[in-house]
Parts: sequence; C-alpha cells; structure tokens
Amino acid sequence: MVIDMFRTFLIKYAEIGVKGKNRYLFEDALVGRIRHALKKIDGDYKVRKVQGRIFVDTLSDYDYDELIKTLQKVFGISGICPVLVVEDLGFEDLGKQVCDFMEANQLDQQITFKVCARRARKNYPLDSMELNRELGGIILNKFPQMKVDVHNPKVELTVEIREQIYLYATIIKGPGGMPVGTNGKAMLLLSGGIDSPVAGYMISKRGVKIDSVYFHAPPYTSERAKQKVVDLATIVSDYSGPMKLHVINFTEIQMYIYEKCPHDELTIIMRRYMMRIAQTIAKETNCLGLITGESIGQVASQTMQSLYATDDVCEMPVYRPLIGFDKQDIVTISENINTYETSILPFEDCCTVFVAKHPVTKPNINVIRGHEKNLDDQIDEMVERALQTREIMDIG
Amino acid sequence: MNKPIIEKPEIYLDNAATTKALEEVVKIVSRVMLVDYANPSSLHRKGMESEYYVKEARAVFAKLLKVLDKEIFFTSGGTESDNWAIIGAALANQRRGMHIITSKIEHPAVLEAFEVLAQKGFQVTYLDCDKQGLISMSQLRESLTDDTILVSMMAVNNEVGTIQPILEAGKIIKSYSKEILFHVDAVQGFAKVPIYPKQCEIDLLSVSAHKIHGPKGVGLLYIRDRVKIHPLIVGGGQQRGYRSGTDNVSGIAGFMVAAKIAYESMQDNSKRIQEMKQYFVSELSKIEGVTLNGKLDEQGIAYIVSASFAGVKSEVLLHALEDQGIYVSSGSACASNKPSLSGTLRAMGVDKNLLDSTIRFSFSKFTTTQELDITICQLQSILSILRKYSKK
Repeated sequence: MVIDMFRTFLIKYAEIGVKGKNRYLFEDALVGRIRHALKKIDGDYKVRKVQGRIFVDTLSDYDYDELIKTLQKVFGISGICPVLVVEDLGFEDLGKQVCDFMEANQLDQQITFKVCARRARKNYPLDSMELNRELGGIILNKFPQMKVDVHNPKVELTVEIREQIYLYATIIKGPGGMPVGTNGKAMLLLSGGIDSPVAGYMISKRGVKIDSVYFHAPPYTSERAKQKVVDLATIVSDYSGPMKLHVINFTEIQMYIYEKCPHDELTIIMRRYMMRIAQTIAKETNCLGLITGESIGQVASQTMQSLYATDDVCEMPVYRPLIGFDKQDIVTISENINTYETSILPFEDCCTVFVAKHPVTKPNINVIRGHEKNLDDQIDEMVERALQTREIMDIG
Repeated sequence: MNKPIIEKPEIYLDNAATTKALEEVVKIVSRVMLVDYANPSSLHRKGMESEYYVKEARAVFAKLLKVLDKEIFFTSGGTESDNWAIIGAALANQRRGMHIITSKIEHPAVLEAFEVLAQKGFQVTYLDCDKQGLISMSQLRESLTDDTILVSMMAVNNEVGTIQPILEAGKIIKSYSKEILFHVDAVQGFAKVPIYPKQCEIDLLSVSAHKIHGPKGVGLLYIRDRVKIHPLIVGGGQQRGYRSGTDNVSGIAGFMVAAKIAYESMQDNSKRIQEMKQYFVSELSKIEGVTLNGKLDEQGIAYIVSASFAGVKSEVLLHALEDQGIYVSSGSACASNKPSLSGTLRAMGVDKNLLDSTIRFSFSKFTTTQELDITICQLQSILSILRKYSKK
C-alpha cells in the first residue's frame, strides 16, 4: 500500500450511532478524545465532524504507523479508513482515479469487489446506483481478472461524492468501546500486578473516566515498585486519557493490622481498609464506583467468601471486569495493551510482603468484623492520616 | 497535598557499586569534550592533540601497573574487559586445549563469559571457596591439567571483600605450565590493594574506572605482550586492531586522573579506611543478630563490609536505610535487580536464612567515621522496628 497518498482518515464508530438524541454528545466526546490523543504525536492534524462523520486530516508530514497506532488507542473508534481525496474533474477522470487507486493499493488482484457510492452532494450528475454500475464496469474493463460480488466482496471500494471525492477500501480495526468521559468516572485500585491495569483498561473502554489509587508500604515496598505503578498508570492513560494517581502510604495501617489481628486474616482485613480508603477518595472526587482486577478464585483473597468480605465495607458498586477471566486470558490482554512487560518486573508490591503461609480462604464476615474491633483504638486516625498525607500525581 | 521533601544528609555506602567522580576528573573530562574533542585517529593537528591524552594515559597506567605501554588496552569498562579477556583468550588458544578454570564467586561478567564458552564445548571447572570467601588454592592445584588453557580469578570479591591469594595462584598456575593464561578481574581491587601483573604472573587484568572515582563507561584490559587473544570488537582498527572503536578520549583522560590520584594515596587511604572498618565492624557486632561475612583481618579489603541481619529481609532494610538517606546494597548491586540470591554468599555456605538478609556497606575515601556512627545509630532503631514485625 502506498501510504504516502493518504492525507485524510475516516473514523468509523459503532455504538455511538445508536445513542439517539445524545448522539452528538458522544460524537463530540470522540472528537475531543481524538484531538487529545493526536497532541501526543508529531504532526499537525485537523479533526472535523461533517454530516455525522468524523475525519482526521493531516496538515503536515506525519508517521502513518504512529498515527494509526495512536487512533487504535482511542475508545469509541471501531474502524479507521485511510482516504484518498481527489478533486472532482468530471466522471471520466473519476474512473481513471478509481483504477489508479485500485492499482496503487494492490487491490487489482484476482479477487471479488463491489463499488459502494454515496452521494453527499446531490447535484452530482450520476446517482449512487449509476455510479456503482458505471465505476464497476470501468474497473472490470481495466482489470479483467477481478469479479463483482455484491453480497460478500473481498474489497468494498467506497466512493463518496462531497465537494471533493473520497476513495477508500480499507478498514483498519479500531479498539471499539465508547469515548472516555461519556460514562462517568470510577476509581481503580492499581497495584503493580498484571490484573489491575487490565481491569482499568476494560472499564475505561466503556467510556468511563478513571482515576487510580495505589497503596505504598515503604520500606517494605521500594521506590522502584512505586515507579512501576506510575509507569503502568501511564500506559493505561494512553487509552483512558489523563488520570490522577493517589499514592497512599499504607505502612502504618498494614503494621497495625499485622500487630492486632490474626495473621491469616491480614490480607483480607488489609483489603477491606484499602477499599474503605479508595471509597473515601472516590466519593470526594465524584467517582461512581470502584474498579479492581479481582477474578474469582485466583488467590485466597479472591474466593467468593473473600470477595463477599471485601464488598462488605463498600457502599458504592465495585466493578470487577476480570471476574470470570482465566489468568491466561488476562495475560493476553495485558500483552496486547502493553502493560505485561512492566507488570512482571520483580518488585514486591504491598500485598506480598507479609502474606501468611496459609491465609483464610473462607473468611466469615462476623469473625472478621470482630477482629477489626481490635483496631478501634487507633485505626480511624491512621486512616485519616493516610488520606491526608497522600501524594496525588497527574498521569498522562 | 504533595508529600514535603525533607532534606536529609546523604550517606553513600555503596561505593563498590560505583563512586562519585572527583572534581579533577570532571574537569579533564569536560576539557576534552569541549576543547580537545577531535578524533584521535584524525590526521590533523587537532587529532594529534586528542591522541596525546590516550598516549599519556597509556603511559600512566603502564607505570602504575609496572608493565609496558603497549600492554594497555582501553575498553568500555569491567564487563567488556572480563568478556574480552576470557572469550578472546579462550578462542585464540583453543587448539592447545579446551579446559578452563574459574571460581564460583566471580562477578557475572566472568561467570557468564564462561557459560558462553561452555556452550561452545569448553570444559569448565568452578573452584570452591571457604567460609570466608577465599578461593581454594589446593583445588586449583588439583584442577590443572595438560588441557587447561585459562584460569580466571578475581583479585577482590565484590560481595564480601575477601582479598584473593593472587600471588600464590599465579605461582601454582605457572609452575604447572607457563602456557596456561592467568586472568585476574581486578575491578574491586585496582588502586585499593597493590596488584602488579608481572609479580603475580598475570597475563590478563581487568580494571574499571568508575569504581575509583572515575567516569562510567571506561576501563582497561592489560594484555601481556605476546599473549594470543582474539578481538571481540572489530571495525576501525584502533588500538592496533585489538579493540576497534573511536577511543573514548574524555573517559580515558578522566580514568587516568582518577587512577593517578588513587595511587598517590593508596596506602594512606587503605590504612585510614581499614581503621574505620574495624570500628564499624566492632560497633556492628554489638547489635543483636548480626553476622559478619568474609575476612575481617587484612585479608578483607578495607572498603567492603558484608553483614547479615537475622530475621530481616535485606531489601526492606535497604529501603528503610534509604529513607534515612543511607545508601547500601543487598548482596551485590549488580545482581540486586535479579531475584536470585548471592552466589558468593551461597558458595561460602552462609546460613540459608541469612542469604536474603545480607547488606553490603562499601566505603570510599570520602566516608567519615561520623557517617558510620549515624549508620549504626539508624540501624539500631530500624532493626528494632523491623524485627518487631518480622514474619510470623
């Protein structure tokens, strides 16, 4: 494919189209997200909305692969079509342009095709049906090895008659989903592991803006472990857009629990306090839910009983998009979204340092609540201190 | 709500990992980069002026090591020197035999070079060490065969600081056969303990600049005249074709200045730091549950103290010290980003429970007794907290 020829890209979107009267809100959000994403790469771009279609025009030199890769990270885009824009110099010239286009893109093979004309400019002398028929004929004449198939063609050449004429035949798959910012905001509990960045990605894909909270436990976790989380948040923000990362110093609380509660319940009680803290920040920052990377049965703190015990402290919904996923499926997504390599760096995160050899797998909520009473003396002020001293970082 | 940054005094006790550069080093490096920046291989006068630094440095190192100018080759550092000495010498001499010897406590730059050769069909003997980290000389004697072509051994261990009997090893090797090449990794020993290749019958000697307050990315390999060695880096034919690539003139000049200064005060520094080490060690041993590793007499280098803290994970202790502005290493810094545990400590037979509880404190001439006092003080308070929460 001669990629130099493309100066314009048609952005296709799927689900937005069905949103009725709110459609323009979604389209505007998508335009905004595309503009933001393109700011991060070299080149000048114009993003425009014309008659319910979104186009990206390149106004300067640009890197084709980089542009496509960037657009493929913008949720809401279902497909990207590189468009050749030609001047309207009459039908005869159009026929020639179409053939050149087929040739340049190596579509002139022994394959089936169909022409799909759209007439946005209604005063064009031929109507859509005539255009389909005539252009199809010209192509067949020029490339006798090709065949027309109107039902299931290998190549669908679209010819859009506007002020100028737009030709495209390729649809590059986009990430799907909905534009971030069209579905409220949620707070992601981000660790240095494989799962939580994937969970953030998945919820964000549904149009949800996310912020993150990370529980840091120096000296049991290192600056590098924290940097790793910052790096993961940065990768997620390639998709989710800018986010705030709240870094909570959790050491004091962790140690207090370790001191006062049964060791085999440490993880579950820790998680309850993480949820409480995350929820407090979530409420303060107008989030509508929490997001975690849990999946049933993966580890002791993710059994049905443990999840029940964790949820016990949550008033807002907890979204667990990986709940039914096998580890390998999660790994595959993390590889695709580029978080895997960072996630597997060997720095301990705060959950692993003091884990009991045999943590409870079937915690009883009443027992856990009872043991948490051991913390009554100081836990409230510790939680308050953790919230007050948190570090807030701007990511992305 | 950002956490306020509290300035704490910085106590850098990780000098075996790398050192701070000297002002004098920075000065000459910057002069070469800004003024005498020409390519030393260029034919014009400016090239000659730049070449002068390299020539002078070669002469200085030759004098310090009591060897010939032409026996000094500049490299990108300790790892390249070790790789080149071992792989280059083994490949050039493989027709004489396929047996090579090293120890279990070498730096990865040596051990992995041996693994490369093992995969090429060389037979490798790995020598053991005793409880204090001394490589077994009797085992060396027994391991030599008519098929042996190379022995590689470190001068000073990087993890526990044990000074190896290089002189004795040289004698054992060369009295068996003059043909067997003797490589010494002197990265931790150079300019800290006297090492003279001719006296110890060393054929190849690796040195790095940044361990002696020089720049990173430069080192040297001493290659005894007439030793057969293959180049590993080929191209422009610099350094008589043995080591191609434009000379790192600024690095070499900085390296030279660092070495000169280090040699001028080698004995004095050693004596002063040895006293400081003895003090530190005696204070450390007053703390409960501390085991010191390696040699504590003159056979342990003044610059390194390895200590194990029972019941405390080294990484946690390291980060707790870091919080107080004290920088140390767990085990060996080079291996610390891998989850694997120290090879030296394991070879020394250190208690399994202590392997992951070991910290290396390494000093420089800038280290002060006051800094060590603060460190001891902080260790005491940190350990009491950490041990309170040690694993149930």
